[in-house]
Amino acid sequence: MDLFITIRVALRALRKNKLRSLLTVLGVVIGVCAVITLVNMGSGAQIAIEKAISGLGTNLLIIFPGSVTKGGIRTGYGTVTTLTVEDAQAIQEECPAVQMVTPLVNTAAQVVFQNQNWGTSAFGVNPDYQRIKNWPLEHGEFFTLQDVKAATKVCVLGKTVAEKLFGGQNPVGQVIRMKRIPFRVVGVLTPKGQTAFGQDQDDTIVVPYTTAQKRLVGITYLTMVMASAISLDLMADAQDQISNLLRHRHQIKKGEDDDFTVRNLADLIGVFSTITRILTLLLGSIASISLVVGGIGIMNIMLVSVTERTREIGIRMSVGAKPKDILLQFLLEAVLLSLMGGSIGIFLGIGLTSAVTYFTGWPSPVSLYAILVAFLFAAGVGIFFGLYPARKASRMNPIEALRYE
Amino acid sequence: MTRFISAEQLHKTYYLGDDVEVPALRGVSLEVGKGEFVAIMGPSGSGKSTFMNLLGCLDIPTRGRLLLEDVELSSLTPNQLAEIRNRKIGFVFQNFNLLPRTSSLENVELPVLYSGADASKRHRLAVEALERVGLKGKIHNLSNQLSGGEQQRVAIARALVNNPSLILADEPTGNLDTQTSAEIMQILKELNDVYGITIILITHEADIARYARRQVFFRDGTIVHDQ
Repeated sequence: MDLFITIRVALRALRKNKLRSLLTVLGVVIGVCAVITLVNMGSGAQIAIEKAISGLGTNLLIIFPGSVTKGGIRTGYGTVTTLTVEDAQAIQEECPAVQMVTPLVNTAAQVVFQNQNWGTSAFGVNPDYQRIKNWPLEHGEFFTLQDVKAATKVCVLGKTVAEKLFGGQNPVGQVIRMKRIPFRVVGVLTPKGQTAFGQDQDDTIVVPYTTAQKRLVGITYLTMVMASAISLDLMADAQDQISNLLRHRHQIKKGEDDDFTVRNLADLIGVFSTITRILTLLLGSIASISLVVGGIGIMNIMLVSVTERTREIGIRMSVGAKPKDILLQFLLEAVLLSLMGGSIGIFLGIGLTSAVTYFTGWPSPVSLYAILVAFLFAAGVGIFFGLYPARKASRMNPIEALRYE
Repeated sequence: MTRFISAEQLHKTYYLGDDVEVPALRGVSLEVGKGEFVAIMGPSGSGKSTFMNLLGCLDIPTRGRLLLEDVELSSLTPNQLAEIRNRKIGFVFQNFNLLPRTSSLENVELPVLYSGADASKRHRLAVEALERVGLKGKIHNLSNQLSGGEQQRVAIARALVNNPSLILADEPTGNLDTQTSAEIMQILKELNDVYGITIILITHEADIARYARRQVFFRDGTIVHDQ
């Protein structure tokens, strides 16, 4: 007997018990729907987190001057003055994996405008800083390379500082004072919000690093250097190139410790994606449990059905059905049930995912992979839980089956 | 007459539990020629149904030889037995044994379905068989919408749809009134006369048994009389 006819026979049997088939299917529907929705939402969370982290500047490398050991005392980071503007320039010129570089000098500063004042931290940088940090301006413009060369007294305000000093007013063109030195405000940065650790990124004032070195701090070295790699994949290359370059420039011999440290945020991203991946897997496995429960429902109904239709099995055997014909018929019924449930569940899952996206705004891409896995899993559930009842049916004694009341 | 069915010292013992033996057949020997119409009679528990189950390839004997068209049935696999049931044997039961809530046509198509014929052949054979038993107008009626006599006709149509050489009828008139019984027996007799199908009929009504040309009596698992 060919497969097509068997499918038709199985379908007819399912149609004869519409409500029962529907309720049985429901178990699988819920299971598949749960798997798809939760996996989609999990990968949505992953995307959201990665987006949030890349807002921090994912291909960012930060070079700190290291500590020195003198007479058994190891000083902390930033206590040495070995990192120079020339180092920053060399990194820009000689490291092919590096895209942009800015020297960085920071200091705490009390900022004054008329009768308002505010304590914040000032960053001395070059114009690449804005691009490295991927930080657009709300008002005005960022200062230029000319400002850096001439050590002009201009500044760009973080949103928090702008609000503390100017309230709602536009600060561009106004003059503020830091350490009694007048600075003209050329721009205001858009709010960036807090870091993952609760630090307000907008509580800052940005000036040319030359101005900071000469007028605010009075140093010739740098607090740190910030660089961006050309792409995320080239992070490791960029890091190696910078290390080698600086070891060479600082004349560090083989076997000696670096007098600097290169850090990046890629590790952070790695940790977060691992967490979300585990979370997605966890949600998916919990949802799979309901799929297994649905499968048990199918098995239960198939067992009832086989018992109920004992006489039918006997009749079919008496007219020449082979054991494998009977096996196939009942197995197909179970598989059809689970596949129907799977299909409905997929549509419902996609619908639910879209609804979640619509109402919460979470990104939740419909994962083709999850759909495929859920569908195959549903078919597998049908075969696994349908096999036992079908075998039971195919092994019946035809005489007893015919006599069954 | 060519040898069609040949039973030699046929034994069938059922085992209930581990040590309770119920001997249903104790050495039955019988020869039936092709085209015969044999009635098997005997009280309940005499072994006539067991004998028919063995003949119908629904069960295999415990001991002895049983040949159908010179094929030894006891050595066949379940699949081979199913094949013989499908191609050579038609069953007619006392309680009709039609699929419930299924049309006459589909019921009759069932054996053709399992023989692997295509849809058009299946349909043609089933309609022909239903015409032969006089149910041309009721091919789309569901089995539970038919009278007892009509249901038994559908069952006969199903039995002969694959053009079998043997029809086994187990008390085919047991659930029918006298008038309908006569009609059913007439159909069976015609199948025997016109198409030469061998018919083995089980009954305990003497006037039904009279349709057959040969009557075999069973008692306690053996044949006591053969005329």
